Amino acid sequence: MNSVKFLFAAYIATWVIHGFYLGTLARRYKRLRQEMKELGQNQLGLGKEQ
Amino acid sequence: MKRLFPILSIVAAVLLAYALYRALVVAPADAQQGEVYRIIYYHVPSAWTAFLLFFINFVASIQYLVNGKPAAKSAAKWIVIAIGIMGVVAAFLPAVQRQLAAIGMLPSAMATTVLAIPAFYFLIGKWFPGQKLDVLAVTTAEVGVVFCTIVLVTGPIWARPVWGIWWAPGDIRLTSTLVLWLIYVSYLVLRRFSNSAQTQMLAAALAVFGALDVPLVYFSIWFFRTQHPQPIIGGSSGGSIDPRMLDTLVISWMAFLLFAFLVCWSRFRLELLQREVEEGYAMESLAGSAETKSSLNERAVNRTPVERRAV
Repeated sequence: MNSVKFLFAAYIATWVIHGFYLGTLARRYKRLRQEMKELGQNQLGLGKEQ
Repeated sequence: MKRLFPILSIVAAVLLAYALYRALVVAPADAQQGEVYRIIYYHVPSAWTAFLLFFINFVASIQYLVNGKPAAKSAAKWIVIAIGIMGVVAAFLPAVQRQLAAIGMLPSAMATTVLAIPAFYFLIGKWFPGQKLDVLAVTTAEVGVVFCTIVLVTGPIWARPVWGIWWAPGDIRLTSTLVLWLIYVSYLVLRRFSNSAQTQMLAAALAVFGALDVPLVYFSIWFFRTQHPQPIIGGSSGGSIDPRMLDTLVISWMAFLLFAFLVCWSRFRLELLQREVEEGYAMESLAGSAETKSSLNERAVNRTPVERRAV
């Protein structure tokens, strides 16, 4: 029984899932920073108009 | 705090690498399963971490539900204290001690576990006031689902060479774990796609019911006939575990716990940022509508009598 391939498959799957989740967190963080920046600029613009 | 995160990240990386080394090199091979049993060092710590995160989610959800309702809050507080006291007293009753001995559990272990419930309850209430309870709940649910996914993926990979099948249909441990995962996925879907003002309350109520599945998952192998093996640690199988295996399992769990803590920390900050952005948009639209209103008023004031009549 070549069980070692199952062992490595389980370990790799674990880190692929964690990696994928951390990747989504990083993408969400980047998008939110961008939105914060845009909001800051818009509010600055509104302040100037007023 | 800013320095603590990178330091803990390095500690977690070192601990995870050490746990991997122990899992693959130090821990001996299993007499029956050979090398494939080493999946236990990822499968079991992931399951324990998921259970802990769902428990925190449960406590945060209860706190969130009773927040702002003094009578409910007081009742919940006394119920939690009563659970702690009754649990400790029960652990040392002869009848309960006999039951515990049958499943290989020490009374002190049960007392400590039961005392953890009020401890968690009061600490979470103190450290995460108001809306932060809801942020904590969504954070632990999401990270818990990730760890539960790992359990559901590594379990069948382990089962295939050992049982000869990927999944045992109808098996209570497997089915209840899948149900647990589905409940928390529904929780996240509800939070993601519902815009109602009651979403947070509904999600908290769902989380309370979802958490009731955790004891069913955990104790199912003790009380039901199942394909899943009996626990070697604190179980009734009477089996023993090599100290190197036990140490590796504990180290692996510590490593995954620290990793989960850091992921939760990041997710918590992300949720706070998300709410800040939403607040920013709300303020912007308010400012926009106020500006539109004032410009409309200005125009109305400056209208000529002819224009006024036309309007």
